[in-house]
Amino acid sequence: MADQNWTSETVPLPSGPLHVARSASGTPLLLLHHDIGSLDRLPFYDALAQRFTVIRPSHPGYDKSERPAWMRSVRDIAIVYQALMAEFGLRDVTLVGLGFGGWIAAEMATMAPRGFSRLVLVGAMGIKPEHGEIADQALLSYIDYVRLGFSDQAVFDRLYGADTPTPQLEQWDLNREMTFRIAWKPYMFNPTLPHLLGAVQSSALVVWGRKDRVVPLECGERYVKALPNARLEVIDDAGHFVEMEQPEPLARLIGGF
Amino acid sequence: MHLMYFTEQPMSAYDAKAGLDFGATALMFSNKHFDPAAGSRLYNEYIEHYTLAEQVGFDGIMLNEHHNAPFCMQAKCNIFASILAAITQRVKIVLLGNPLPLAEDPLRLAEELAMIDMISKGRLVSGFVRGGGQEQLATGMNPAYNRERFEEAHELVVKAWTQEGPFRFEGSHYHHRVVNPWAVPLQKPHPRVWIPGVLSKETIIWAAQKGYPYIALSTEIEATKRIWETYDKVAQEHGHQGGPEFRGYLQRCHVAETEEKAMENARQFMWMQGEFTGLAHPVWSSPSGYFSPSYRTAFVEYAVGRRSNPRGAAFEDQIENQQIIAGTPKTVIPKIRRLLEETRPSIMGFWANDGFVSHADTRNCIRLMGEEVLPAVREIGKKLGLDSPFEANAPVSWAFPQPAAPLGA
Repeated sequence: MADQNWTSETVPLPSGPLHVARSASGTPLLLLHHDIGSLDRLPFYDALAQRFTVIRPSHPGYDKSERPAWMRSVRDIAIVYQALMAEFGLRDVTLVGLGFGGWIAAEMATMAPRGFSRLVLVGAMGIKPEHGEIADQALLSYIDYVRLGFSDQAVFDRLYGADTPTPQLEQWDLNREMTFRIAWKPYMFNPTLPHLLGAVQSSALVVWGRKDRVVPLECGERYVKALPNARLEVIDDAGHFVEMEQPEPLARLIGGF
Repeated sequence: MHLMYFTEQPMSAYDAKAGLDFGATALMFSNKHFDPAAGSRLYNEYIEHYTLAEQVGFDGIMLNEHHNAPFCMQAKCNIFASILAAITQRVKIVLLGNPLPLAEDPLRLAEELAMIDMISKGRLVSGFVRGGGQEQLATGMNPAYNRERFEEAHELVVKAWTQEGPFRFEGSHYHHRVVNPWAVPLQKPHPRVWIPGVLSKETIIWAAQKGYPYIALSTEIEATKRIWETYDKVAQEHGHQGGPEFRGYLQRCHVAETEEKAMENARQFMWMQGEFTGLAHPVWSSPSGYFSPSYRTAFVEYAVGRRSNPRGAAFEDQIENQQIIAGTPKTVIPKIRRLLEETRPSIMGFWANDGFVSHADTRNCIRLMGEEVLPAVREIGKKLGLDSPFEANAPVSWAFPQPAAPLGA
C-alpha cells in the first residue's frame, strides 16, 4: 500500500490558498471530490496511488480549503484548477471527477480541449436530466443526502458511522453552503455545458452507479452523447458514491482505460 | 407607547390530520390542502379585525408575510398594507416586514412602499426582514447570500427613497443602471424602518448600527434583556444612546371574558408553532448559509433530530415565562406590566389571535384589548417613561437624524 507516501500542503495560488493532498509516484492524476467533500483516506485513493501520482485538492471552500468569498460559479473552481496545474507544471494529466467534481472536470475539459490525456466522469453533475431530477440536497438532512448516495447503507455506516459525529455534520453543512454559493441556480447543472463538450478531444470514460439516486443515469448517457470520444461504464452494485462502494473496480477501470 | 394589533393570518381551514400525517406543514406540504373559498372568507374576516382594531384604539396594525405555509396567509404584506392604506384613517401601517433578500428587484419594492406611504398619507412604517429559512427555498432564493442581499437591498431601497434620480446602483447582487422611481415616499427623510427578529445576533447588531428600532418577536424576558444589552452596547460604540424608543416587543396575548376561555384559545398559539401539525421541518427551516454561523452546531444537530428546535418551547413553559399571556383583562395587565418594567419597550405588538380562534372570539378579544387593556398599558408606559419613536421624536436612523414626517405636514 502507498499509505505512508501521501503528503499534503497548502498551495498559495493567486486566487487564494488551496489544500492539496498528493501521493508519491506515477503519471499525474487530478482527482476532484464530491459536493459533500471527502474523508481524508479512502481505499479508492490508495488503489489509484499504486499507479498514479494522485493530486487531490480540497475544492475552494470545502473541507480544508478556506472559502473564497468572491467565488460565484463552478467554472470559477475549474479555472482555479487550471491555475493549480500550471503551478505544479502538470502535463499528460488524467482528470477524474466524482459527482460534483465530475462537473468541474467537464468544465475544465471544455476550457482545454486537448489539455488532458484522459477524462473520467463518475456520476457527474453538470447536465440537466431530461426526464428525472438531480436530488435537491436543500430538502434533505445532511445524513439523508449522503445516505441517498449509497446503495448499500452498511458502507455508509462503516465509513461515516451509523451515528455520524457532529463535527462531520458541521463540515457537511459548510460544504453544502459553499455548494449553494456557486451552484444554487440553476441547481447542479450548467445549461451551456452540453454545447461546449463537443470540442473536447480527450478520450473520456463516463462511469455511473446503476443505483445512483442523486444524479440519474440518463445524465451519463447525455455526457457520452455530447463528448466525441466517450464510452459509458455502468457499475451494478453502486449508487452515487461509486468510489466508496466499489473502489477496486472503479480504480481498475481508470487504470485500464 | 405605540400599541399594535397583529395576527399571522392563519389559514386554519385545512385538514389538520393531513398535516400530521405528512409531518410538516411548510414548504412541501401540498397546496392541494389550501381551500380558496375558506381563504376568501378568512381574508375578509381579517380585514374586519383590522378595522375593529383601529376603532377600539390600537395605534398601529402590524403586518408580515410568509410563503408556502398555512400558518400565515399573507404571501405579500404590501397587498394588505395597500388595502389598509385606503380603508383605515389613523393607524400606522407597520410592515414587519418585507423580506428583502426574496426581492429580485428591490427598486420595485421601494416603489410599492412609496405608493403605500402616499395613499395612507404618511402612515407607513417599513420594516424589513430576512425571510424565514424555508422561504428562501419557496422562492428559489439562495440562502447562502441571504444576509448580503438583505443589506444590499436595504441600501438600494433607502437610496431610492432619499437620493434624487437618476443614478446608478451596481452591487454584488443587485444591478440597476437606472434608478429613478417616480413614486417616492410622502414621509421625509423617509418612512421609519423597524427591524424585527428573534434569534440572529447579527440582525440586532445591524439594527443598532443603523439606529433602527429592533422588535423582539416573542422572545422570553431574559433573552429580551440580553437583546437590549447587545443593542445598547453597539449603539454606544457608534456614539448613540439606546433606550425605549429603540425597543419593540411582539407579545402573544389573548384576552377573553373568562380565564378558561382565554387559556383554551391561547393554546391555538401552539398551532402556529407546530404542536398540532408538526409545522417546523428541521431541514427546510434552516438551509445552509441561512442561519448565524455561531449556531451551526445547534442547527446541524437539530436538522438530524439530535436536539430540539432551538426556537421552540412547550405551551406550559411559554405561559410560565410569559412568551404567551392569556386571561381576562384583569389578569393579563399585571403580566404586561412585568414585561414593560423588566424590558422597557415603547413599541408593543399584541399578537392576539391564532389558529382556529373563531371570528366572534377574535372580535371579542380585540374589543376587550381596546376597552380595558390598552388604556392600562398606556398608563403603565407613561409612568415608566416608555415614549415611542413618534412620541420621542426619535430620528429615523443615525444616517438620517430627523423624525419622519409627511411632506407639508
